Amino acid sequence: MRTWTPTILYLALFMACGTVEDPDPINQEEVITTVRVTLTPSSGPQVILQSQDLDGVGPNPPVVSVSGNLVAGSSYAGTTEFLDESQNPAEDISSEVEEEGDEHQIFYQLGGNAQFSITYQDQDSEGNPIGLTFDLQTGTASEGTLLVTLRHQPDKSAPGVSQGDITNAGGETDVAQSFEIIIQ
Amino acid sequence: MRCLLLIIMLISIGFNGFAQKEACHYSLSGSVIDEHDQSNLAYATVYVQELNRGVVADSTGYYSLDGLCQETYTITVSHVSCEPVTLRLEIKGNTEKTLLLEHHIEALKALTIVGLELSEPSAIQEHMGLNTLERYGSASLGDALKEITGLSSLNTGKTLVKPMVQGLYGSRIVIVNQGVRLQDMEWGEEHAPNVDINSAGGVQLVKGAEALQYGGDAIGGTIVINATPFVPDTLYGKAALQASSNGRGGLVNADVFKSSASGWFTKIQGSLKRFGDFKAPDYYLSNSGIFEKGISLHTGRNQSNRGFDLYYSLYDAEIAILRASHIGNIDDLVTAINSQQPQIMSDFDYEIGLPKQEVTHHLARLNYFRSYESGNRWQVQYDFQFNRRLEFDVRVGDDRDKPVIDLELTTHTLSGDLDLNQKGQFPSKVGLLYRIQENFADPDTGIKRLVPNYIRYELGGFITTRHQLSPFWLLDAGIRYDFNRIEAKKWYETSRWIERGYDTDFGDFVSEVLENQILVNPQFDFHNVSVSVGGVHHWGDKGKIRFNYTLAQRAPNPSELFSDGLHQSASRIELGDLRIEQETSHKIGASIASGTNRWSWEIAPYLNHINGFILLEPEGVEQTIRGAFPVWEYQQTDARIWGVDVRAVVSWHDNWGSDHSYSYIHGQDIMGDRPLINMVPPKFRNRLTFTLPQWHQLQIRLESIYNFEQNRYPNNDFEVFLPITGELQEVDISTPPPGYHLLNLWVNTTFNFKRQNEMQVGLAIENLLNTSYRDYLNRQRFFTDEPGVNFQLSLKYSF
Repeated sequence: MRTWTPTILYLALFMACGTVEDPDPINQEEVITTVRVTLTPSSGPQVILQSQDLDGVGPNPPVVSVSGNLVAGSSYAGTTEFLDESQNPAEDISSEVEEEGDEHQIFYQLGGNAQFSITYQDQDSEGNPIGLTFDLQTGTASEGTLLVTLRHQPDKSAPGVSQGDITNAGGETDVAQSFEIIIQ
Repeated sequence: MRCLLLIIMLISIGFNGFAQKEACHYSLSGSVIDEHDQSNLAYATVYVQELNRGVVADSTGYYSLDGLCQETYTITVSHVSCEPVTLRLEIKGNTEKTLLLEHHIEALKALTIVGLELSEPSAIQEHMGLNTLERYGSASLGDALKEITGLSSLNTGKTLVKPMVQGLYGSRIVIVNQGVRLQDMEWGEEHAPNVDINSAGGVQLVKGAEALQYGGDAIGGTIVINATPFVPDTLYGKAALQASSNGRGGLVNADVFKSSASGWFTKIQGSLKRFGDFKAPDYYLSNSGIFEKGISLHTGRNQSNRGFDLYYSLYDAEIAILRASHIGNIDDLVTAINSQQPQIMSDFDYEIGLPKQEVTHHLARLNYFRSYESGNRWQVQYDFQFNRRLEFDVRVGDDRDKPVIDLELTTHTLSGDLDLNQKGQFPSKVGLLYRIQENFADPDTGIKRLVPNYIRYELGGFITTRHQLSPFWLLDAGIRYDFNRIEAKKWYETSRWIERGYDTDFGDFVSEVLENQILVNPQFDFHNVSVSVGGVHHWGDKGKIRFNYTLAQRAPNPSELFSDGLHQSASRIELGDLRIEQETSHKIGASIASGTNRWSWEIAPYLNHINGFILLEPEGVEQTIRGAFPVWEYQQTDARIWGVDVRAVVSWHDNWGSDHSYSYIHGQDIMGDRPLINMVPPKFRNRLTFTLPQWHQLQIRLESIYNFEQNRYPNNDFEVFLPITGELQEVDISTPPPGYHLLNLWVNTTFNFKRQNEMQVGLAIENLLNTSYRDYLNRQRFFTDEPGVNFQLSLKYSF
């Protein structure tokens, strides 16, 4: 029996002092909660496409809004922003994308019957597009979708990628959101 | 006396060497005699430490052991009136050996037949010796274990290999390394055991009553990694080098063992393993290398009736994860599945880039034992483990070099056990264990903790016993109780807490509320009872039948309770459930074996019925800003797993032999009325061996492995909306890849030098035909083929 005495002491020791300390809450970093596409015509109102997902991979789906319709046969100057609005103040992720431009590209894909085209207006250090700024030229009155995809480490030298074709891009997706577009 | 003779009979006919991996049909026989007067020592014991079995010599001192492999064994010879002698003996064929003992009538105190099993327990055991393990030195424990029929693995790529026993893995398998139950976050599917295979002296698969001493929750089985057996007054060691063409890397390993006549001993071992990118037949697996370091130190004093030892080991590995398997969202997964090629490929390099894992495991053990003339023995042990796990994903900006997972797991265990009544009718073992474990998740990752901070207490006790009912019947039984308490502190997203319905069920746990997050303090108690009963019956020359029933209960692991978030490498959201209760398994295993001198066979069926089987199942899709992700939830069901392992070993001629095995496993979710996921497909393995002992112990082995396609799988496919086409697309994540056939060739020779020094030279060719294939049980099967042909050269110098 004598041999078990240390065991009992040991038990008492650990049972007495074992508690879990309160962990610090984690404010998740580098989360993209918001993607905002601002389309500015030479004259007339801006159109803002926004998707906001404040709980990240939590159960709530993103809230998607489109501020208005586009005008047929017009030219819009487009900018895309990525924000982390779970921080206060909100963190601008677009600047990180720009700094590491050679490792990122934003793709704009048209779905449905929407009649418009997009031309990249920016370049990374190697002369390939990033896609944070672009021109959008609308065609005739139509309806469809615009899918905005942010890819990390795409192969920009693959066929079609620098023209905005995502097919051969590879890499991994950081953002993928689609917006309903009405051109009238 | 009559009883003793019967036992001798039983043992000498009982072993057919079936459990061994090689063509294990060699025998060792001879006489045990007194060194001084050359008299025969009647009823001396000859015990093989690696096999945990032995024989008692007959009244003329003659002994005979069957079923030995081409392997070096540690043999202890003892006799009532002698100092026991331990020696190392290399078996190269049927061997005759006269064993000498010093007869000291007055030296009765020095008797050690401690741990001697005069007969084997009903537990179905498989043993793997050092020679087999050494062949896998530059691979992993999980790879080596596949040598045993019925064992397989769940892989993540080539280097992360989780052992699977009869279809079960992870927390359902207990791994005991050097007498210490491994605590290394075994709950993750991509977490491999943190063990340096080169530090092992042998590996055993233990099931049944004997396994209860290691833990009651081994629903699948217990894998025991043994230290090198103790031999007094000797010096030996080895240096090994392995070089592989695929991965352009290899292994350096060295160890040395020194002991004195007074029982002091020290063993030091170190290994270094380095591989670059592996290559599938058509492309390199970009970022798939590994850099692994292991050292171990074992020292102490082993006297005949008492001893202590101190063991320390460090395992450190940096493991690259295939770049193409790190995907952003489900569209990427669809692309990967459709293209049948990795989406990110590059040329060979040694760099371990992102994503990757860095794991460090410290293990320290202090053990003291005493033994008595009666054969009784007690020991106490304290062990300490510290496990650090860092996982790195592909991140951007300032966070680029920060891990996404940073966990520290600290475990203290104090245990004691007692071998009682060793010469009585019911030789027994009783033991107690107390364990405390703390997990700390570092918040500096800036990523929500996958596993929360927790403290876990474990208090367990067991008793096992066996009884020789008749000369041909041996029974064994055991019971174990474990108490488990887990106290966790975890932050939940408020939206998740409510969506799970925890706010109504577990409102009491809430201790702090922030804007979007909520701190909770869950505390759960589990009472687990395990029982095992079994028996073994011998008949005729080689006939043997064994059976065993085991009841086992397992408390849910932290992952099953607390998971909550995006699992990047699986591209899915995984959710644990606080409501999960322990699972209870009823397992019946049997085996029947027979044969002749020329050939032997064994059939081992089993049935495992598990109530409350915890499994991860898909439950819909959640939309996020990154796109859609399938949600997988931990749930409980009732499951039934049955299977059969069949094996036959044939000795065609003095030099030619063959070995055939087949495994089938059938898993069913009874409540869901559908097959279980990740069940091993049927496997048919055939080996042809040629040995020429006269010529440098030449051994040649050609191995053919046919893995069938798994036709029984649950349909977990789901539909995802593709905005571009405006259509729903079916994502096929369920269909297993086709069956495949592999050929492996292995050649080994040994060159002997003076004074037992020898050099072994081996060449292995894996995947001889450079076959392109994918394996159902590799989590990277969606992204890439398995590695192609590999030439491996091995050199080993022993002294």
